Amino acid sequence: MPLLKTVNLRKQFGETRACDGVNFVVNKGEFLSLVGSNGAGKTTLVNLISAHLQPDSGQILFEDRDITFTTVTDRIKAGIVRSFQIVNLFDGLSVFDNVALSIFSRDGKAVQMAALADHDYDVRRETIEVLGEFGLTNKIEVPAGGLAQGERKLLDVAVAYALRPRLLFLDEPTSGVSTHEKAQIMDTVSSVVRRGMVTAVVIEHDMDVVFRYSDRIVMMHEGSFLADGTPDEIRANKDVASILLGAPLAS
Amino acid sequence: MAPVLLLLILLPTFVETYQIQLVTYGLIAAIAALGFNLLLGYTGLLSFGHSAYFGLGAYTVAFVVQRLGPHSMEFYILIGIPVVAIASALFGYVCVRHTRIFFGILTLAISQVVYSLALKLYWVTGGSDGLRVPRPALLLGLLNFSGPRGFQQFITSYYYYVLAIFVVCVVLMWVVVHSPFGKALQAIRDNEVRARFLGLRIRRFRWISFLVSGTFTGLAGILWVPLNGLTTPDVLYWTFSGEIVFSALLGGFRNFTGPIVGGIVFTYLKTYAVATTEYWQLLLGVVLVTLVLVLPTGIVGGLSTLGLRLRKGRS
Repeated sequence: MPLLKTVNLRKQFGETRACDGVNFVVNKGEFLSLVGSNGAGKTTLVNLISAHLQPDSGQILFEDRDITFTTVTDRIKAGIVRSFQIVNLFDGLSVFDNVALSIFSRDGKAVQMAALADHDYDVRRETIEVLGEFGLTNKIEVPAGGLAQGERKLLDVAVAYALRPRLLFLDEPTSGVSTHEKAQIMDTVSSVVRRGMVTAVVIEHDMDVVFRYSDRIVMMHEGSFLADGTPDEIRANKDVASILLGAPLAS
Repeated sequence: MAPVLLLLILLPTFVETYQIQLVTYGLIAAIAALGFNLLLGYTGLLSFGHSAYFGLGAYTVAFVVQRLGPHSMEFYILIGIPVVAIASALFGYVCVRHTRIFFGILTLAISQVVYSLALKLYWVTGGSDGLRVPRPALLLGLLNFSGPRGFQQFITSYYYYVLAIFVVCVVLMWVVVHSPFGKALQAIRDNEVRARFLGLRIRRFRWISFLVSGTFTGLAGILWVPLNGLTTPDVLYWTFSGEIVFSALLGGFRNFTGPIVGGIVFTYLKTYAVATTEYWQLLLGVVLVTLVLVLPTGIVGGLSTLGLRLRKGRS
């Protein structure tokens, strides 16, 4: 059953068609990868679905409800959450507070002014639980600005995950870290997401990672979809190979 | 904390009236800077117009003295706080539509409008002569200060009065910055885009922050005017906003206690600078430049760095 559907979604920047009539479907429970070269329109698509940008035309349906013109806050309430390509954390706050704030916001408690944040034991318990799932338990008191890159990437996902999304977009969760760390991060992220039964859409460049973790892969090129299928189908697709590598894929 | 409070409580037993008066001014400046810093240090918005709220507080008291009845401090506070809160809410609503320099300019512009009004509407405000405020009764008329030793008695009593309110303000502000709301402000300060994608309504948070900030600074103005005995448009002028900014920088705006220390130190600095030289503004300018170059994190920031280094050196 489709959780999210876009109908003929368009977004143009000057002459560039970043999203050129995209019909994108995300099914409940899948781990989907969005791939394509730089400028293919992947991030634009995520920006449109997360209300970071307004589309020029087309429709976005979430569980058959039209959400095209709803606000960022509405979409987060509906369960559409995203992370960012460049790590986007609250560097002056501790690792703990970064995640706790997601929970406060989700529960509508962020406006509380007359209560101490550290004394909300429900939030505290859940925060520690989430940080544990992402393997950040021993960094709780460290300011987010003082983490290593790999940990920052994980915390970035943890902050989004703590909102308890139903549909989670991760924009390059492993960019800028070593190959070794990539596998670690993806292992953690994919296991947390699957355990939490969260539908996830990941933008990723590393095809090894993509083939290994995805249920389905969607390939974008110049604002439209070029291919859509299981890892095996994509591996066999000649168009994909020629665009990604300029040469056939080694199996 | 406790030793500092004890020292403040015992202070009148071993210093003369003038010093008590000066510390009272310092505590009031600390409340003003504390309020101001909720915006600068915690929300990341530099207001250059906080004189407006301080001045409105002062003028509200003066107006109440002139037009309405009881000369009671509690009555002044009761009327004054809603006035400064409403003014902060109105002006803040306009200002938080922008950030960075645009926010600063808007706050400055609004405060200058208020200043001009105070100057021009002389039949209400007394123009450049200002308005006189006699010594009010404290604690619902329990303490009156007429008679030959009235002045000294007032200074000592008022010191404790302000000290008590100061302590309440510090506790309240401490709770605010450690509440979920305070954490959300800091998140917005650090990263506005991400904060929006946590579902936080950025503008509303900034607005409430402005409201709380202006109200604290306004309360400082309310407390200031009976001590000063007079309010003139000077407290609405932009240079006074500059002094509030200066205090926060002096103490360190990234620390909770920074603006408190800054407010008190600035009061002394200005008093002695004015007493020493006609060119006191020049002297303060030199201090400010030195501060920014040598001690960018302020007195409290500098001291805590030093403390950290000493502790590291020892272990």
